Amino acid sequence: MPTFVKRLLFAVLVIAALFALNAMLSTQGLFGFGLDDYYGRLLTFIGINVILAVSLNLINGFTGQFSIGHAGFMAIGAYASAYMTVYHAPGWELALAGMVGADAAHVLIFVLAIFIGGLATALAGLVVGIPSLRLRGDYLAIVTLGFAEIIRIVILNIDKVGGATGLTVPGYTNFVWVGVFAVITIVIVHNIVRSDIGRALVSIREDELAAEAMGINTTRYKVLSFVISSAFAGIAGVLFAHYNKFLSTADFTFLRSFEIIIMIVLGGMGSITGAILGAAVITILPEALRQLPTVGLFGQEFNFADLRLVIYAALLIVIMLTRPQGVLGTREFGMNWLRRAQKRPEGDEAVGADTGVSIAERDTTPTADPVEEVKNK
Amino acid sequence: MDTFVQQLINGLTIGSIYALIALGYTMVYGILRLINFAHGDIYMVGAFAGFFIAHGLGFAAEPSLVGFAITLLGSMLVAALIGMAIERFAYRPVRKYARMTTLITAIGVSLLLENLGVVIFGGAPRSFPQLLQNQNYTLFGNAAISKSQILIFSVSIALMLLLQWIIYRTKVGTAMRAVSFNLNSAKLMGINTNLIIAFTFALGSALAAAGGVLTAQYNPQIYPLMGIITGLKAFVAAVLGGIGNIPGAVLGGLLIGAAETFVVGYGQSVGIPSTYRDAVAFSILILVLLFRPAGLLGSTVQEKV
Repeated sequence: MPTFVKRLLFAVLVIAALFALNAMLSTQGLFGFGLDDYYGRLLTFIGINVILAVSLNLINGFTGQFSIGHAGFMAIGAYASAYMTVYHAPGWELALAGMVGADAAHVLIFVLAIFIGGLATALAGLVVGIPSLRLRGDYLAIVTLGFAEIIRIVILNIDKVGGATGLTVPGYTNFVWVGVFAVITIVIVHNIVRSDIGRALVSIREDELAAEAMGINTTRYKVLSFVISSAFAGIAGVLFAHYNKFLSTADFTFLRSFEIIIMIVLGGMGSITGAILGAAVITILPEALRQLPTVGLFGQEFNFADLRLVIYAALLIVIMLTRPQGVLGTREFGMNWLRRAQKRPEGDEAVGADTGVSIAERDTTPTADPVEEVKNK
Repeated sequence: MDTFVQQLINGLTIGSIYALIALGYTMVYGILRLINFAHGDIYMVGAFAGFFIAHGLGFAAEPSLVGFAITLLGSMLVAALIGMAIERFAYRPVRKYARMTTLITAIGVSLLLENLGVVIFGGAPRSFPQLLQNQNYTLFGNAAISKSQILIFSVSIALMLLLQWIIYRTKVGTAMRAVSFNLNSAKLMGINTNLIIAFTFALGSALAAAGGVLTAQYNPQIYPLMGIITGLKAFVAAVLGGIGNIPGAVLGGLLIGAAETFVVGYGQSVGIPSTYRDAVAFSILILVLLFRPAGLLGSTVQEKV
């Protein structure tokens, strides 16, 4: 079969699967199989988190630039699009409905909203990225965090978008929208990573000085990766806003950025499938912990569900202690995963697991990456 | 003029608290290159330890200087022990891994402390007892300084001088500097690096706890999530001064405290609402880092090829 037929078939399959899932989430169900609203919500949030994690992985995992400002960009996308859908969309939709019909108008308006959200965020990413990406490591991290908090506080002070009281937003998002954009994000990031741009990004992660010496315009590529990453965060914000139907700046604090970082570190920095896995696990985990039973211990009733956040934090520490490179490391999970894993030369997984400046005691670990070891000598 | 002096006093009061917490961030970073996100929560733990000590030993009912001193030292001791435990059981096992891993571990510890705090102490704020009779002293004009402010200044200056003495005049301080300069060389010179790192955590945590008890004397509301924003700003202060640099942390803390208070005090007249208070620290940080990428007092390290 020619490649493009395979791809076409795959795309059709994905879209069919999304619509099937969406039908299962609706009130009628699909051929009698229905899923609870609760699961619909969970699946939608997984989708949104997949977009966030995969896009953040582009800048953090593949380019090796430590950004913790994703929540800020998400907020820009959410608020920019909400401004449009709250103040302008009803009129435009009515006008469009006369021309192409109500359903098509509804879809077109939301496409426009997503476009506006993505564009606004890409611009913000450019404005933030150009000055910040001159900094490295922890300094870059704290500056991106700072920008995200400033964005949040500025939005908090704009009364037109609700300010501190929040903003009610029309609901446009359903599971198909989220699924389609999650797939688009994955495909685009995957293609970028496989392209010459991706090679340049990975070379910046591995050794910025060497990359520069090889003639790579590191600033240009870092900013490019930052802008693309922000744009997708913005799109995730648009989808989130129009699914949640209510926007408050409390949803975009730095804790949200931390959560996305946890997803990609958990799944494995520099692995797209790892980011997807991390997004799913981190979305489901707090919900799953809600189901914990009440147990009588030492003559007292312990409600473990009340302790779910404590357990969540403890689990996070335990995972980092036992699986420090994330579940997948930099590998990708796929059909030929086992075959490739066997063929890997020794020590290959470790490349990229150690990003940044050498840390204390690294030299003493016998399993350290051979490349790094040579460098340290 | 009076309001200016008043604002300056208030700003420096908050600033000295930020400075005390920033010292812990900067010391740990200097030694391990680790952003210890749980440090802000140690400040919270210190405040709660002080709360229980003051109530348990009856100092809450009878304000006295001795009671205050015991509460302060007790909470510093508790925090130091908790800081060492965190280092031993969470950070030491991941020390050899990539920095992202240690960072996520730090975030995990921070979440753990916050959520444990909510479970154990409850989410509602508690009122910290007044350990000294409060009193206002008029300086000149209308500017006044309260007893708790004097207390904050004097205790934090004393602690900073003590820290300076420990780091530059004692054997353990020399070892700390050696470890932060190069951990492996320090180890080769026979320094017990694990012990020194544990000591650094103890020292930093004790300072944060002191910050917690002092803040509680000035603003008696304590709650399990109080460390998030304060910790973040103290971290910003540490980066602003040049992370890893001890005088820089103090300078950064005082600067951010003062700037914040001035924005609240004077912002209205130039069109900046006081709600921008929390953005001030970050704005200053970004501006400074754009021109001095290693912070105010930090030195840039030349990268080796």
